[in-house]
Amino acid sequence: MSIVLQAKGISKNFHDPVTIQVLKDVSFEINRGEFVSVIGKSGCGKSTLLYILSTMDTDYEGDLFIDGVAMRNKKEGELALVRNEKIGFVFQFHYLLNEFSVLRNVMLPGLKLGKYTEQEVEHRAMEKLRVLGIDNEAHKMANQLSGGQKQRVAIARALINDPLIIMGDEPTGNLDKKNSQIVFDIFNELAHEFKQTLLIVTHDNEFAQSTDRIIEMEDGRIIRM
Amino acid sequence: MNTKLIFTIAKSLLVARWRQTLVAAIGVTFSIAMFITLLGFMTGLNDLLDGLILNRTPHIKLYNELKSTPNQPIAISDKFKNNYNFIHSLKPSGTRAEIYNYGAIIEALKNDKRVFGVAPKLVAQVFYNVGAIDVTGVINGIDVEAENKLFYFQDYITAGKFIDLKNTPNSIILGKGLADKMLANIGDVVQVTTPKGDRIQLKVVGFFQSGLQDFDKTQSYASLSTAQKLLGKPSNYVTDIQIKLTDMSLAPLVGKEYAKVFNLDAEDIQTANSQFETGSSVRSIISYAVGITLLVVAGFGIYNILNMMIYEKMDSIAILKATGFSGKDVNLIFISIALTIGFFGGLAGLISGFGLSMVIDNVPFNTAALPTIKTYPINYNPKFYVIGIIFSLITTYFAGLFPARKASKIDPVVIIRGK
Repeated sequence: MSIVLQAKGISKNFHDPVTIQVLKDVSFEINRGEFVSVIGKSGCGKSTLLYILSTMDTDYEGDLFIDGVAMRNKKEGELALVRNEKIGFVFQFHYLLNEFSVLRNVMLPGLKLGKYTEQEVEHRAMEKLRVLGIDNEAHKMANQLSGGQKQRVAIARALINDPLIIMGDEPTGNLDKKNSQIVFDIFNELAHEFKQTLLIVTHDNEFAQSTDRIIEMEDGRIIRM
Repeated sequence: MNTKLIFTIAKSLLVARWRQTLVAAIGVTFSIAMFITLLGFMTGLNDLLDGLILNRTPHIKLYNELKSTPNQPIAISDKFKNNYNFIHSLKPSGTRAEIYNYGAIIEALKNDKRVFGVAPKLVAQVFYNVGAIDVTGVINGIDVEAENKLFYFQDYITAGKFIDLKNTPNSIILGKGLADKMLANIGDVVQVTTPKGDRIQLKVVGFFQSGLQDFDKTQSYASLSTAQKLLGKPSNYVTDIQIKLTDMSLAPLVGKEYAKVFNLDAEDIQTANSQFETGSSVRSIISYAVGITLLVVAGFGIYNILNMMIYEKMDSIAILKATGFSGKDVNLIFISIALTIGFFGGLAGLISGFGLSMVIDNVPFNTAALPTIKTYPINYNPKFYVIGIIFSLITTYFAGLFPARKASKIDPVVIIRGK
């Protein structure tokens, strides 16, 4: 099995107001097609780890390899390209652009990548929305949707470039029970039917239990994986 | 592809906050409109005032100065070679006022590429007879067509036609002030006395008004041949050659050259009327200063609005960066927002500036000094419009630069984790 993401001895310190080490020598690997959840108590550093893995946070020690390529020493623009092409994000908050329609929101990262023509990107976006069961809402503006629908649009947006890995930071954290279940089912379906690699940070143990593998963190260290 | 996408995003952000965008654009529009109007009006006035003198003044005047020769006989004499000679009460004698062989000189000048046109002139001192009283004055004998081509003669003719001066023998165009004094109307015959005592009758074919009252009270125009006849001189008698150059700034240099070549005296326009250029340039500087000040103020408006937009759109910027837009892309988005405001605001400014200029251009403006001017003067030089749009783009670019840089530096982690 090929390794999609590899963390080698990642450490991070916060310096404000006093120096605190939030991550201590974290190393692990994620294989293609794995559905991994990261759990741990609030403040254990799981979100911090995720943002380092996502290449958005570059202030860390240690090495990060995505698809076998080292992320250290890459420039901001190159990292943006990696995020665009290889990583899909789902956050706790949906972060849709209210100025755009649902379809357009999904299309934006695809248009940025520029691998397909605009028509093709649109077609692919519709496909993703159909898979997630919200293709009827495609031409509404983003702020006209309900919270659960918005999160599904956010997932569609994460999927548009067929990323190597989808990262989620508490993707069900803002949703009610019913919508959480829907989102969870979607992740399950992506993992098992589409063999999508997923790395989801959550504090929902029930959610974590049904993933392939659980990484548990405490005080900046991995205690179970 | 990328550029197009960035423009689409910029457009959406602009449209989403169209009210703020409009306010920002109106700021630019207003300043550009004022800039255009101000410069057009100022320059129009400048041109008018300068034209008052400059249009009527030859760039170079060739003439024979009444002066004693610098080579006095005593200086040439061998006998007094080693002495230092003082000569008192030196008087010129035998100087001829006319230009020798002027026809050949004019031909030579016309073949010079730097020369736009040449007009000969004859200045004759006369007395105008008003009943028993004689009024001293001057009759300018002119080549009517050349004079009109070079010095816009017909612009100053308030009654009658300038060409009648050529077509009617023994005709005269009187200064308005002089005509009033002489109670002369068009078609009347007036009598003048030459310095030699000859009396000649001339038919009035028109009046002119130069804008300079004193000038109009003493001067009048006749054709070259009439003036020659008046003085009892042959048809090769001309006292001045007036030259207009294609490039006025060459006048001092070319003047010196001609003085040497033709052995005449030359007077250039810069020496004769140096004060006018100073006035014009100061007025232009003031207009530019006011226009740029207005633009800078508009620039601050744009800066504020973009800053606000960035604070409002923190989330959008964060997610754009999270999904693969680089800081450069975000920078470009906000720069293009600023430039769009600048371009369309500026364009609207050019149009309204043009409109405002047209309005001013139609406001009645009557002054005794300027008979042919009926409305306020406006200069529609396209240069101002080009400068206007360039200024608006530059100002808005700089206004957008700092907010855009700020936006590009936004750390998505800080925004996303803050939620």
